[in-house]
Amino acid sequence: MVQEQAQQKLSIQFEDIAQQNESYIVGMWTFLVTEIMFFGGLFATYLVYRVANQEVFWEAHRHLSIPLGFFNTCVLLTSSLTMALTVHYSQRGLRKQQLLWLLVTMALACTFLVVKGFEYHHKFVEGLIPGANFRFEPAEHMRVAQLFFSLYFAMTGLHALHVIIGVLVMTILAVLIAIKHPSVQDFIPIELTGLYWHFVDIVWIFLFPLLYLIPR
Amino acid sequence: MSVAVAKHGEVKHNYLNAGDTVLSWLLTTDHKRIAVLYLVSVTLFFAVGGLLALLIRLELLTPQGDLMTSENYNRVFTMHGVVMIFLFLIPAIPAVLGNFLVPLMVGARDLAFPRLNLASWYVYMAGGLIATWAMVNGGVDTGWTFYPPYSSSYSTSQVTLTIIGAFLIGFSSIFTGINFIVTIHKMRAPGLTWFRLPLFIWAHYATSVIIVLGTPVVAITLLLVAVERVFRLGIFDPALGGDPILFQHLFWFYSHPAVYIMILPAMGVISEVVACFSRKRVFGYHFVAFSSVAIAVIGFLVWGHHMFTTGQSVYAGMVFSLLSFLVAVPSAVKVFNWTATMYKGHIEFRAPMLYVMGFLGLFVIGGLTGLFLASLATDIHLQDTYFVVAHFHYIMVGGTIFGYLAGLHFWWPKMTGRMYPEGIAKLAALIIFAGFNLTFLPQFVLGYLGMPRRYHWYPEEWQMLHVMSSAGAALLGIGYILPVFYLLWSLRNGALAGPNPWGATGLEWKTDSPPITHNFEETPIVTEEPYAYENHHQQEEVASGTGASTAEA
Repeated sequence: MVQEQAQQKLSIQFEDIAQQNESYIVGMWTFLVTEIMFFGGLFATYLVYRVANQEVFWEAHRHLSIPLGFFNTCVLLTSSLTMALTVHYSQRGLRKQQLLWLLVTMALACTFLVVKGFEYHHKFVEGLIPGANFRFEPAEHMRVAQLFFSLYFAMTGLHALHVIIGVLVMTILAVLIAIKHPSVQDFIPIELTGLYWHFVDIVWIFLFPLLYLIPR
Repeated sequence: MSVAVAKHGEVKHNYLNAGDTVLSWLLTTDHKRIAVLYLVSVTLFFAVGGLLALLIRLELLTPQGDLMTSENYNRVFTMHGVVMIFLFLIPAIPAVLGNFLVPLMVGARDLAFPRLNLASWYVYMAGGLIATWAMVNGGVDTGWTFYPPYSSSYSTSQVTLTIIGAFLIGFSSIFTGINFIVTIHKMRAPGLTWFRLPLFIWAHYATSVIIVLGTPVVAITLLLVAVERVFRLGIFDPALGGDPILFQHLFWFYSHPAVYIMILPAMGVISEVVACFSRKRVFGYHFVAFSSVAIAVIGFLVWGHHMFTTGQSVYAGMVFSLLSFLVAVPSAVKVFNWTATMYKGHIEFRAPMLYVMGFLGLFVIGGLTGLFLASLATDIHLQDTYFVVAHFHYIMVGGTIFGYLAGLHFWWPKMTGRMYPEGIAKLAALIIFAGFNLTFLPQFVLGYLGMPRRYHWYPEEWQMLHVMSSAGAALLGIGYILPVFYLLWSLRNGALAGPNPWGATGLEWKTDSPPITHNFEETPIVTEEPYAYENHHQQEEVASGTGASTAEA
């Protein structure tokens, strides 16, 4: 049975544990490459329009709250640290610390989502949701401003979706760790989640300056 | 699915008889069984796409639009494109032959992520069924390219549903691509270094890189079209503040490399078959291997040649033209090397070899006409004419389908344990070759004369050429139906193949046909270069000289 040192289950297609672990990690990196390209298409779209409409994008971006954006940046960066700690303790096989830091990471992720929700709510109140009720002063910039907010919601929305998926995965992992399920006896599931989480973080590190800190 | 090896007394354990309930197929994680699932699915979708092509050619028999209205014609050619490209050409070779062969060729028991592999089939089927649902409920009329603002603001057809379908199918190929990359990197048998890998593996590696880098971009682009359509966010529609040219850039950033997703695996098949039936090492192995990588890399830098006439700057056009000429170099390297492989070889004219030779001819024609289109000045005359239609059918049908059929025949004994009937298979290959050329050669002429694509009526003086093309399509249809019958027939009645009916090199031939569930009794160890046909030939001569027989069963 399971000793205090984690026993890993070897899938039939692999020769040994080392090969299995490396395969999972290479697979995760490859998946993250597809994610980079997925966001990359969106970033390219945004940059093309921003270069073409710098002036109006600057005007529109003043409706975003830099303090809230900055706060969220700090929250996500901290969550990367706590995730790194989770990975660290899971490699050591220390279950309690691992669970603790995973829960802290989840709490930070939820904080991010709540703040994001307040920001979206402000936009709704101000009539900055693209569509029939979109209002923007001065009126001659309304079309481009709507483009800015379309991209803002598309990019932060897709990112928020990734945060939500991350929280769901972490919830499942936390439950599995809490009930000492054999599938989380080794560090690979946490390591993979960590890679994903750092990626989600890095996306935000690009999103924040691109959307919130537009120079005139 | 009938199990092939029921008779003949000695029932051996293999992947086909490892379980015969429906669930044992639907829940399998065996890469070989998933390949069979894909084989059945892509064949069905190919039939759908083929029937739509038949409708197009029937309509074009006469100059008037008498079979269907313009609106319906738009839907028919759009759905022909969507089904053939997303549901057949892109998955055909990687998901069927690649799935079956990549683990066998690298000496592994399965792909790295078997459950992800099964998921890819389910996602593919979900996407395929959604696209079919869209077709049944009114279809799409935007062309397979989904250009906005027509697709996002004006079309009243099922654009959103079709885009969701294409989005899902994209993810199924991403799953396959990730699986191949990890398997090729991490699961090669002992001794199987990178330069001992079969060229089929190199081709699939390059393909997977394109899939992983390109597919997400088209996924997000199509998603944005759907979002613009549903929520009226202005992203591509100029009336809402967007830029339709940007869509074309993003779309072709994937969809031009997608052509290489279709053709590179076919090129992998060609390398295997041409070496086997010429009994020679592939000429310039390293060049052929790296030309696959070069095609994958340069292929990402040529997308602008689809936009010479749509508002791209002339200077960008010149650069894209130059780069498009550049991508022809690695393609030509391959063709020259295959030809040099045949030179002074012991060529056997088996059915797969006939397809290979057909491939070489058609690919050269398709590739060279591509250079006409990559030239700025000629492209202005030929843009959106039947010349373009003929060109890309020569590459995508003449290239991919010939490669697919070559591979399917070549590895059929491995997949089923049975030989296909050689005579009728050769006949089918010849019919397909003749039918293909009769269908598409006249279209080059039509395009040069100015016949635009996507029109269903035309001036009467072009009728002769259209009739030739339609007659060719009928011939092509017969050629495609024949293999369905004789391959199914061979499942029960074909001669037993034995492990290595062709005397081919490669790890997949060193195990039983059909292989056991985990491919090899024990992990193979590789000690020699690939395609060591000359060595084997000498060994056989020595062996037969001493009376021992190494011939196949």
